[in-house]
Amino acid sequence: MSRPLTPSQTIGPFYFGTITNAYRHDLAPRGVVGERLEIELSLHDADGAIVPDGLFEIWQANSHGRYDHPEDRRNLPLDPGFDGFGRASTDTAGRATFGTIKPGRVPWPAGGLQAAHINISVFARGVLNRLATRLYFEGDPELAEDPVLKLVEPARRATLIAKRDASGVWRLPIHLGGAHETVFFDC
Amino acid sequence: MPGQDHPPNASPDYKSTARRAPSRPAVVLPHSLSEITGPSLRAARLDSGENDLTRQRMGEPLGERIIVQGRVLDQDGRPVPEALVEIWQCNAAGRYHHPGDQHDAPLDPNFYGGGRARADAEGNYRFVTIKPGAYPWKNHHNAWRPAHIHFSLFGPAFATRLITQMYFPGDPLLPFDPIYKSVPEGARARLQAAFDIEATQPEWALAYRFDIVLRGRNATPMENA
Repeated sequence: MSRPLTPSQTIGPFYFGTITNAYRHDLAPRGVVGERLEIELSLHDADGAIVPDGLFEIWQANSHGRYDHPEDRRNLPLDPGFDGFGRASTDTAGRATFGTIKPGRVPWPAGGLQAAHINISVFARGVLNRLATRLYFEGDPELAEDPVLKLVEPARRATLIAKRDASGVWRLPIHLGGAHETVFFDC
Repeated sequence: MPGQDHPPNASPDYKSTARRAPSRPAVVLPHSLSEITGPSLRAARLDSGENDLTRQRMGEPLGERIIVQGRVLDQDGRPVPEALVEIWQCNAAGRYHHPGDQHDAPLDPNFYGGGRARADAEGNYRFVTIKPGAYPWKNHHNAWRPAHIHFSLFGPAFATRLITQMYFPGDPLLPFDPIYKSVPEGARARLQAAFDIEATQPEWALAYRFDIVLRGRNATPMENA
């Protein structure tokens, strides 16, 4: 029996409570296997102004490329200290930071592997639907062959690729609109 | 995502969308493991009473005590078992327990306004709370939000993530609310809970039913295009 979907609404400016109690800035406490990463996401509106009331969620595979989820039935190790989920709101500078590990590569349905990536959900006042995007890593030799990046027009691919700054932090600005509008996915 | 069920990202009457709505179409993504998996928070342990917002403080909050319950289903009518349901809301006077809320209405020391529940194997969830008040906002002259409860659901996959708002049936503010009306006309009523006389508790609380339908496991983006 087909049922009509419940429509989406904005998270609004006043989210709190269980949402904020479930903040997970650090996904990878000591003992989790993998290359430690510090990630800083920032959120900007169509005029380039920072968005200080946004919320990011991230979802990623562990360092072996295994998602902690029943649909991922591959014979790869799970890491008991790592479930791949993070959640943080933007601060007064529009930024949110995560500590995690570099995800391993995961397969593509038509064959081959995707480049390492982190899945991102964006919520904010004035954003009526959850916006889905991805973070890739600059310098990754697999980017050129990534099947998802290939779906994106070349001039816009850079909006999905984090750059590592001098202090080692991977930074990715997310633009809701404007000349640098981030690529969002219908998934 | 928008299509017939969801609001368009740009909804001019809701002023905040003007600078926050992407202007380019989303890139349709075939589903890989990244989209069909997702955080379930199944491991998150809930304390008993997290679904009763009237018992989080020393005393009972002011306002009309209500039961809000329903089922979390997918498009095929199958329950989403053990779904985590997160809610937050303002108090009976229309004030949020949030530093950004400057509305001149009293805070209630006995009401925090956040709760969560774990659905059972059949997707049934239940909250006890108080009916939230309406409150003014600055979208336009004399703008008031209808009473609503914010709902957050994960569902089985990254692709099924949903944040929405539940409204009360027949609220006279609904026809004037640009956030409610951002939803295509044929889909709006799905955001109104149903008054549920069967679920009321005599001498204690009225009840509302709000069923939530998430994307199906096998739904593809094309179905919603």
